[in-house]
Amino acid sequence: MNPFDYERAADAAGAVTIVTDRPEAVFLAGGTNLVDHLKLGVAEPDLVVDINRLELTEVKALDDGGLRIGAMVRNSDAAADPRIRRDYPMLSRALLSGASGQLRNAATMGGNLLQRTRCVYFQDTTTPCNKREPGSGCSAIGGYTRYHAILGASADCVATHPSDMAVALTALDATVVVLGATGERRIPVTELHRLPGDRPDQDTVLEHGELITALELPPPRPGASTYRKIRDRASYAFALVSVAARVDVDTAGPAPVIREAAIALGGVAHKPWRAHAAETVLRGAEPNQETFLAAADAELEAAEPLDGNHFKVQMTRGTISTVLAELTAASATTSESTTEDTHE
Amino acid sequence: MGHSLHLTVDGQEHTLVVDSRTTLLDALRDRLGVMSAKKGCDHGQCGACTVLVDGRRLNSCLALALTHDGAEVTTADGLAPEGELSTLHRAFLAHDAFQCGYCTPGQVCSAAGMLAEAADDAPSVVTDDLEGPVELSEEEIRERMSGNLCRCGAYVNIVAAVSRAAEESR
Ligand SMILES: Cc1cc2nc3c(=O)[nH]c(=O)nc-3n(C[C@H](O)[C@H](O)[C@H](O)COP(=O)(O)OP(=O)(O)OC[C@H]3O[C@@H](n4cnc5c(N)ncnc54)[C@H](O)[C@@H]3O)c2cc1C
Ligand code: SF4
Ligand code: FES
Ligand code: FES
Repeated sequence: MNPFDYERAADAAGAVTIVTDRPEAVFLAGGTNLVDHLKLGVAEPDLVVDINRLELTEVKALDDGGLRIGAMVRNSDAAADPRIRRDYPMLSRALLSGASGQLRNAATMGGNLLQRTRCVYFQDTTTPCNKREPGSGCSAIGGYTRYHAILGASADCVATHPSDMAVALTALDATVVVLGATGERRIPVTELHRLPGDRPDQDTVLEHGELITALELPPPRPGASTYRKIRDRASYAFALVSVAARVDVDTAGPAPVIREAAIALGGVAHKPWRAHAAETVLRGAEPNQETFLAAADAELEAAEPLDGNHFKVQMTRGTISTVLAELTAASATTSESTTEDTHE
Repeated sequence: MGHSLHLTVDGQEHTLVVDSRTTLLDALRDRLGVMSAKKGCDHGQCGACTVLVDGRRLNSCLALALTHDGAEVTTADGLAPEGELSTLHRAFLAHDAFQCGYCTPGQVCSAAGMLAEAADDAPSVVTDDLEGPVELSEEEIRERMSGNLCRCGAYVNIVAAVSRAAEESR
């Protein structure tokens, strides 16, 4: 590990000022990703600003019926929060499907959103990687790509975003609250992460020194929802493919009709992937297998699998249709205003 | 550059000066001579370094020591004060839940943390009813212990030991 200075921030504004003023400074939250990168030499900051004592640890009801979750709320505490369990079960399940009990006790909401890719070449500083060292090349292309992207990748980078939580937040239309040197701004979570293009080194739209202070969830929406994660082991592994979905079925007419659908995919792209094309097919359609597969196909039309991950296209298609079948059945059998959760 | 650090480890108070890069695990082992927490992968992947920090289980290899200035750290040693074995320790012995024992201190700390989490009805990903009470089935124990890997493969007996400890501490 390279030497670095250490400072403990006393408040959010102070943390922002210190990091903004030092180009090579970084925030340290739970450390479960950053400390790993310090050891691997992937991150070489000259100053680490510890934000663990900041009072961003509250989960608070909002006036509009939504929920505000402080950036320093630990993943395990958010997953166990009674309001999140009741009103946003998809988020609770996504958090609980990530990492391990020990890691979730340390990991924070802000850090989870900003964790970096698990691409093995990104983590191995002896190999070329455009995300780590712009212009050096991409070792994954033509290499080991089981965990890599099938949607939205570029010739410069084919890495995927690893967070489970972020996929649920994407389906939930969450907002990220950010404090910068010039004040606060609010970013829809769907616009926080970037596709790689020719700047894969920039994961997000955040400026250096900007601090995530909170996440805001809109009021709970009707329908049935879930988070489904497909992985190589039953536990403690990153997603090959994951699906966060909410479906609301209207059963008032002669035949049931899908009133509303929100779908986000994990493990397939450089960012949590909002499946707008699939949602468009679903809205107003009858809930049946044909509709579900048509929705998946509409989304996957743009898929460009790599040599090592063709299987992911089928896996994503199957997972979307299975999840939709379960959710439409669950939504149709529950009263219209309740949010019901089903899961694996 | 040196920073002053205060830790209470297994009931003993320590003040030491550490380099900013020191992890909690290295502070325990290399600076304080507390050998109960083990270094396996050093990357958060095996759970051998699990300790309780202010009562919650964490991977000490991914924690910077300075972040935990003032904290109360409990290792598997501290769970057995004055040579008295805890329910968990006895259950591990009774069920032969180890071979080489390298992963055991982490397993014991993780089990202690996990039992407390379950007692608080914190759900896991395999809990059917997210809002309901937690029943520590084998499936629940497996999932909750999955952050601790045992290379010797004594998993079955570890689950049995934790299950017994859960029953005894009810
Ligand atoms: C073995 C292992 C398995 C894992 N499995 C999974 C998994 O299956 N699914 C999953 O989703 N995750 C998984 N994780 C990742 C884990 O969830 C993340 O490491 C964790 O969420 C990061 O949070 P943190 O608070 O520890 O962040 P840190 O490591 O402290 O920080 C991560 C990054 O975010 C920045 N940062 C942190 N907080 C803020 C803030 N408030 N504002 C601005 N910048 C900030 C830091 O500067 C750093 O760049 C795994 C990790 C490990 C080690
Ligand atoms: S896929 Fe992206 S992160 Fe992985 S080696 Fe290529 S450029 Fe680096
Ligand atoms: S040594 Fe800490 S998890 Fe392996
Ligand atoms: S008993 Fe040897 S690693 Fe678990």
